Amino acid sequence: MSGTPATTADAPHFWETEPHHHEAGSSTMLGFWLYLMSDCLIFAMLFAGWGVYGQSAAGGPTAPELFDLKLVALNTAMLLFSSITYGFAMIAAQEQNKRGTLGWLAVTGLFGAAFLGIELYEFAHLIHEGAGPQRSAFLSSFFALVGTHGLHVFFGMIWLVVLMVQVAQKGLIAANTRRLACLSLFWHFLDVVWIGVFTFVYLLGSMQ
Amino acid sequence: MSREATADEAKQVADQHAAHAHHGEGGAAHATRKGYVTGFLLSVVLTAIPFALVMGGVIQDTRITAGIVMALAIVQIVVHMIYFLHMDTKSEGGWTLMALIFTAVIVVITIAGSLWVMVNMNRYMMPPMPPAAAMSDMSGM
Repeated sequence: MSGTPATTADAPHFWETEPHHHEAGSSTMLGFWLYLMSDCLIFAMLFAGWGVYGQSAAGGPTAPELFDLKLVALNTAMLLFSSITYGFAMIAAQEQNKRGTLGWLAVTGLFGAAFLGIELYEFAHLIHEGAGPQRSAFLSSFFALVGTHGLHVFFGMIWLVVLMVQVAQKGLIAANTRRLACLSLFWHFLDVVWIGVFTFVYLLGSMQ
Repeated sequence: MSREATADEAKQVADQHAAHAHHGEGGAAHATRKGYVTGFLLSVVLTAIPFALVMGGVIQDTRITAGIVMALAIVQIVVHMIYFLHMDTKSEGGWTLMALIFTAVIVVITIAGSLWVMVNMNRYMMPPMPPAAAMSDMSGM
């Protein structure tokens, strides 16, 4: 309005014209961590639901009658093994060892698949016995909590396979190691949630 | 002379960038084989003890067993946080730890609050059962 500045060089600067420099993806890890924390709140709700309804069997089968702790111990072992094999994949990635990374990721995927297989067998067995999620509040909260965890593992496996393809095609570039680090957090986070599941659902549930 | 200085500066900037990038990894770069193996062995022990206690029925009093099992779970969660998730006070300038503490507070309030309210409701707000309903309930058993 009051006349254009003589030259653009003379014009006063009120904002940064140069984009603020950030390493590509430097905030990804923190952002992903915050996502995991919000996921943690979902599980907190489901654990609270289990805490409230875990003993409301509505005259139907109760937790001590249904749970097979040997199967749960086997499942826990599968998830624990998958955690350390993922750790080895991360170390191979740090060493820029592409074949090692892919190999350990494949082993992790197999342990994850074994976990899901055992869990689906358990669910099918329970439903076959008439102890499906619609039987009682206890079983609804059980299937909601354990099923949500299982779904997380399932999507983690899809992510794992996609990452294996990406690493195989593009190698261990910065973007791929960053994705591996995110999946590492996700995978280990699921193992932490499982500690809560086997403790509060299976072990304490069996002692009701 | 000036060219040397520029080269030095460039090297310094590159070093700073490397340090920055390293820092930005959020601690993931510090992962070591030894750390993972230590965490794994601790987890195996901390998982085996509660399963053995419950499956073997080692302790007669279930309340003591439950207490031990829960305490071991908390220890194992901390072990996983340190050795697998590489939590420390420095990664991302402490913000991951800050977010974790905030989340832990919310989780405790959610779970403890739900249990507190619902257990009290079950105990004190169950309407007295009319005799007829009680009878049919008994016959239904």
